[in-house]
Amino acid sequence: MKSVRYDAIVVGGGHNGLVCANYLARARQRVLLLEAADQVGGAAATESFAPGFRVSSCAHLVYLFDPSISAELKLADHGLVWSAVDLPSVALSQERAVLSISSDPTLSAGEWMSGEHKRFDALMARMTRFASVLQNLYTRVPPRLRNRRGDIVALVQAAWRIRRLGRDDMRELLRIAGMNIADLLDDELNDDRLKGMLAFDAVLGTRLGPRAPNTVFTWLHRLVSRAPAAHGGIMHPLGGVGALCDALSRSAQAAGVEIRTGARVESIMCDADRVTGVRVADGEEIGARQVISNADPQQTLLSLLGARELDTEFVRRVRDVPMAGTAAKLHLAIDDLPTFVGVDPEQARGRLVIAPNIDYVERASNAIKYGEYAPQPVIEITIPSLHDSTLAPPGKHVLSAIVQYAPYTLRAGWGAHRDEFADCVIAVLAEYAPDLPDKIVERQLLLPVDIEQRYGMTGGHWHHGELGLERFWMWRPTPGAAQYQMPVEGLFLCGAGCHPGGGVMGLAGRNAARAVLATARP
Amino acid sequence: MNEPHYLQPLLPTPFHSRTQAACCTALWSGWAGYQSARCYTHVEFEYFAARNQATLFDLSPMIKYRIAGSDSLPYLNRLMTRDVGKLAVGRVAYTVWCNDVGKVLDDGTLFRLDDNEYLLCAQDRHLPWLQDSAIGFDLEVEDVSERFAALALQGPTSYAIVQRMGFDDLMSLRPFGWRRVKYRGAELIVSRTGFSGDLGYEIWSAPDQAESLWDDLMAAGADFGLMPMGSDALELLRIEAGYLLPNADFMPADHATRASRGRSPFELGLGWLVDFNKGHFVGRRALQAERAGSGRYTFVGLDIDGNKPAHESLIYHRRRELIGHVTSAMWSPTCKRNIAIAELQAGREAMLDDLWVEIYLKKELKWEKLMVRCRVVPRPFFDPPRRLATPPAAY
Ligand SMILES: Cc1cc2nc3c(=O)[nH]c(=O)nc-3n(C[C@H](O)[C@H](O)[C@H](O)COP(=O)(O)OP(=O)(O)OC[C@H]3O[C@@H](n4cnc5c(N)ncnc54)[C@H](O)[C@@H]3O)c2cc1C
Repeated sequence: MKSVRYDAIVVGGGHNGLVCANYLARARQRVLLLEAADQVGGAAATESFAPGFRVSSCAHLVYLFDPSISAELKLADHGLVWSAVDLPSVALSQERAVLSISSDPTLSAGEWMSGEHKRFDALMARMTRFASVLQNLYTRVPPRLRNRRGDIVALVQAAWRIRRLGRDDMRELLRIAGMNIADLLDDELNDDRLKGMLAFDAVLGTRLGPRAPNTVFTWLHRLVSRAPAAHGGIMHPLGGVGALCDALSRSAQAAGVEIRTGARVESIMCDADRVTGVRVADGEEIGARQVISNADPQQTLLSLLGARELDTEFVRRVRDVPMAGTAAKLHLAIDDLPTFVGVDPEQARGRLVIAPNIDYVERASNAIKYGEYAPQPVIEITIPSLHDSTLAPPGKHVLSAIVQYAPYTLRAGWGAHRDEFADCVIAVLAEYAPDLPDKIVERQLLLPVDIEQRYGMTGGHWHHGELGLERFWMWRPTPGAAQYQMPVEGLFLCGAGCHPGGGVMGLAGRNAARAVLATARP
Repeated sequence: MNEPHYLQPLLPTPFHSRTQAACCTALWSGWAGYQSARCYTHVEFEYFAARNQATLFDLSPMIKYRIAGSDSLPYLNRLMTRDVGKLAVGRVAYTVWCNDVGKVLDDGTLFRLDDNEYLLCAQDRHLPWLQDSAIGFDLEVEDVSERFAALALQGPTSYAIVQRMGFDDLMSLRPFGWRRVKYRGAELIVSRTGFSGDLGYEIWSAPDQAESLWDDLMAAGADFGLMPMGSDALELLRIEAGYLLPNADFMPADHATRASRGRSPFELGLGWLVDFNKGHFVGRRALQAERAGSGRYTFVGLDIDGNKPAHESLIYHRRRELIGHVTSAMWSPTCKRNIAIAELQAGREAMLDDLWVEIYLKKELKWEKLMVRCRVVPRPFFDPPRRLATPPAAY
């Protein structure tokens, strides 16, 4: 056997891999990070897509990133600058004026129905209290159901946090936790524009429509960003989301992490039920006591490690994680700013959402069930060049849009339909910004299949596998693998497929590092 | 067939025209969806024929899987608890396989047909498990149950009968070996295997040769006391031979609704089938933890005073403390002993010298309760030298 050189090899340099490697190095482990692509960042990277134009290729806004990680890893010292914070969310509407909301309620603008603002504030205040319970769970390694002291303490703490909400809130949380977002919003609010946009927030990145159970939970996942311990607003790093990962990378290197890009890991090697290292695409074998994978659970366990080292029931559970992504990205290089009807310049800097009502969102989601794309998709638009001049040549702009729902496998095959879908999306955009089509210089569409191929995410899935109550906390990615540690000794997961799931958050990476370090201690 | 399962008649086996004609009792049972004779004439005739002459048992409903492809061996080694690498072409192995938590799913016999081809025979259906276990391997698993008609020819005169059939090649066939033999222009597989604990063979043919095979065997066996045997007599043979029966002696883990009912190979006394040195296999991690000391049960053979079979009896230490139960029991006419297979709680070794079984006995509709002394004895209860003798003695 080769001599063991590293304490830990981190497979993949997505933001979670970078965070994890950093914390391990800070605990004096000798860490090597291997990234398949030519740059780090994974689904949180900035790339050029047309001469002179750069864009955040998957994630294009940051709202979940944990501020304590920023502070601990001193990201500001390593060059992280926000080009915008507290960006508003703007509900586009064809029939009525747009409505915009912000993390700071006093900034909310537009024409509100009587009493609606108050109802909205009350709902958000309550949901934020619930999201705080979740936020607390998110910063910890999930417990296991066994009679060990640490696990019991963690379970009791979780129960206590729910109990501490007080009787009314606790009852309400338990009532709505498994519910669908459409019913909740219909109970609480009246304005279609508002309900459409909130329903959109709840289903973004999932295969669910707003009338599917579990969507209150997926909304809460997103609302973790509003918990007091979280950052609060919707933010954008100067240089695109990739700049966050560049800062993470510099911080990791400063902590002693050795980073190699262009190094695809082909297999994770083990011997006698213990990890021994990895083999890289060029055939090189690198030894390590521990391997921590930022790749999704399915790729890590079934491809890199291989089912042979695992038990059948466990393999079934990993295979059964729904991995088909539904979110596509459309990038437009535009030579002049388009005019979104009714949107003022301040609002245009923010997040423009096309989801005019709940039915619209639900109808868009229907297509995915039958292997079709939504001809009237829901869309989240950003024009980051409005506050970030590094992304486009002077006077020109970049439009980055997340488009849902695009199936991973189109029943008719994507081949000829790829352009048809892009045309469709642009046509929908043009309904809200009629002058847009004439300003397009270049366009790039990334379907879930493309995202899978470019960023090594199975199915191109936002969360590295569906998120829901049944795939959360002790059940994420599957029971028996929810504590970052896999059945083969020395193998860990640290990506979005683990607790607490996807989004640019960093907590999976930090929790995984804690799990690794906990096993290292005797 | 769209009928609900309870309206679907049991299927005939390829031997049905013959077994039907031979079955005087009209006692049939269902076995894997097929009609299987429980008894042709009288269970005692059939039992004594098996121990003193030979019997023919229709084994066709047995579930058979063919496993073929370049990864067959690594696949089977990951599936089974024992080291399949030691199984040579031409040999057969008794084997068990477990779920993730190390509890036995079933037992069966595994034939190595060729370098990369195996046949697995089992009581229950397991295709989804076998196929899902093949994720990450290059091979095919197929249910080939209907491609074989199978007979068990068991008993002291069985070798004489296969010789009379002209299957000369079998002289050197050792227990747990198989050969291909010529038969009416085709090929049969004959294995020296069986469930009787005695000299015997299992014969695997194409279904369209089933009837002639039956007729030829019955004719060849006429001078050697051959008679058809049903499953009731087989049950007595297998207890004497000390073999465990799924669903009788233990719950297959995937049938048990109570998680605690699953049993590990160690708990079934089958620890010799577990090989920790061959690389990973399903259940390995759980079994390793168990070997480190968490086994809950042990299986033992019992010799019980008197001659009343201890069916489903509870077992007590000093007549008081309940420490186990009987899973299979019989009065063994051949051993002249009252025998049983029983499950005891683990860690009770100190109590084994003072064991009692509680037997409920119905005498002409009146129940009586007996507390009878018993002792732990080795299995098998019946193990004649002729079982292993190679070449077998002619009769
Ligand atoms: C279209 C889309 C839009 C999104 N928008 C947002 C958004 O606006 N805001 C937000 O917060 N979240 C968004 N998300 C979700 C977010 O991008 C992801 O959840 C998050 O980036 C996942 O981070 P990660 O570090 O866990 O994994 P990844 O970013 O997927 O990183 C995994 C890394 O591992 C590497 N890798 C994989 N296999 C190997 C291998 N064999 N060898 C070496 N390296 C390997 C990959 O190249 C990659 O760099 C979006 C997702 C999608 C798909």
